[in-house]
Amino acid sequence: MLLPKARGELSEALFEALRSETGEVGSLHLRPTDQDDAHIALWAMYELHYAGFEDVDDELEWDPDVLGLRRLLERDFEAGLRSRHTATTLDEPFAEGLFAYVADHDGPSLAAYVQRTADREQVLELLRHRSIYHLKESDPVAWTVPRLPTAPKAALIELQYDEFGGGDPNRLHAHLFALGLEASGLRADPYAYIDDVPVEILELNNAMSLFGLHRRLRAASLGHLAAFEATSSLPSRRMAQGLARLELPQEMIAYYEEHVEADAVHEQLAVRTICGALVADEPHLVDDVVFGAFTCLDLEDRYAQRMLGEWEAA
Amino acid sequence: MTEHGFEHPDVIICPGGPLLLRGDHVVEDADGVAHETRRPVSAVCRCGKSADQPWCDGTHKVLPARDRP
Repeated sequence: MLLPKARGELSEALFEALRSETGEVGSLHLRPTDQDDAHIALWAMYELHYAGFEDVDDELEWDPDVLGLRRLLERDFEAGLRSRHTATTLDEPFAEGLFAYVADHDGPSLAAYVQRTADREQVLELLRHRSIYHLKESDPVAWTVPRLPTAPKAALIELQYDEFGGGDPNRLHAHLFALGLEASGLRADPYAYIDDVPVEILELNNAMSLFGLHRRLRAASLGHLAAFEATSSLPSRRMAQGLARLELPQEMIAYYEEHVEADAVHEQLAVRTICGALVADEPHLVDDVVFGAFTCLDLEDRYAQRMLGEWEAA
Repeated sequence: MTEHGFEHPDVIICPGGPLLLRGDHVVEDADGVAHETRRPVSAVCRCGKSADQPWCDGTHKVLPARDRP
């Protein structure tokens, strides 16, 4: 995999520096042109911690200048996410309070549109966008594991063991999505479609990496996971029905059907045994759990609004 | 945490939601058909409305509060 296309002055200069043998990022004092520019630069710098790029020296993963630039962009990003969030006191008990918080959040539903209205091209576009995350499904929250105390750590691994196929690579969720992409005539190599995705998809992915890579944000990482899982089962059923209506391949339908059942379990684990155990240990982290949950719901809303706006205008 | 260590039950009843089963089990549904669990933790439907019996599919969340288990 090669670096993505630049989207503005900062990413242009950054990618040029990352590709050069010396990797001199130190002289970059540019401000991003816009959010697209900022988020593709941040996404690429995060990617150095996952699979990396063929045209970037692996040494640059821990280059202080790259980390410094990443930190500048992260500060702006996190400040923006926090400015959209209103602190809320959850009802007691915690698990019911968090489930209710997620259920009370009202946003547009891409899954409902796919179930009843979307055409084949629109669904394939959605799958290309979703591939950026689903091909590394559950990887970002794996960064959080060593930052947790005993009970939530064991609980998170209980959930992730299922995400990663229970030890069977054939059942690893990211692999199931890759099979679905191939059967649908789409590319299944990671980030094949990175140049096509809107900024909202970059933000969704960058938020998970931000939360995962910072111990300070471990509770937001788990709150994000809880909201993600708690808004997956029923929408996955709708997605599966929409894909069946459009006669997409069984492999892609199977991916969503698997998530109907898996995420009905995972939402209970994420809310009760993972977040519940974390806030029992560290009660002051409840606000960050809610911040992470809100961010998941909010960024999904923004992506759904963009896509529904484009599709309904077409 | 208790004096004996952490609580780690085999079966968890989720208020308003499913019953969680840890480990490998065979669950017989209402029609007498046996289903093997196939993940580390499984969620068994308690509201009776799941379309994926005997497993939970999240349907309890769209039921009125009085109809939830």
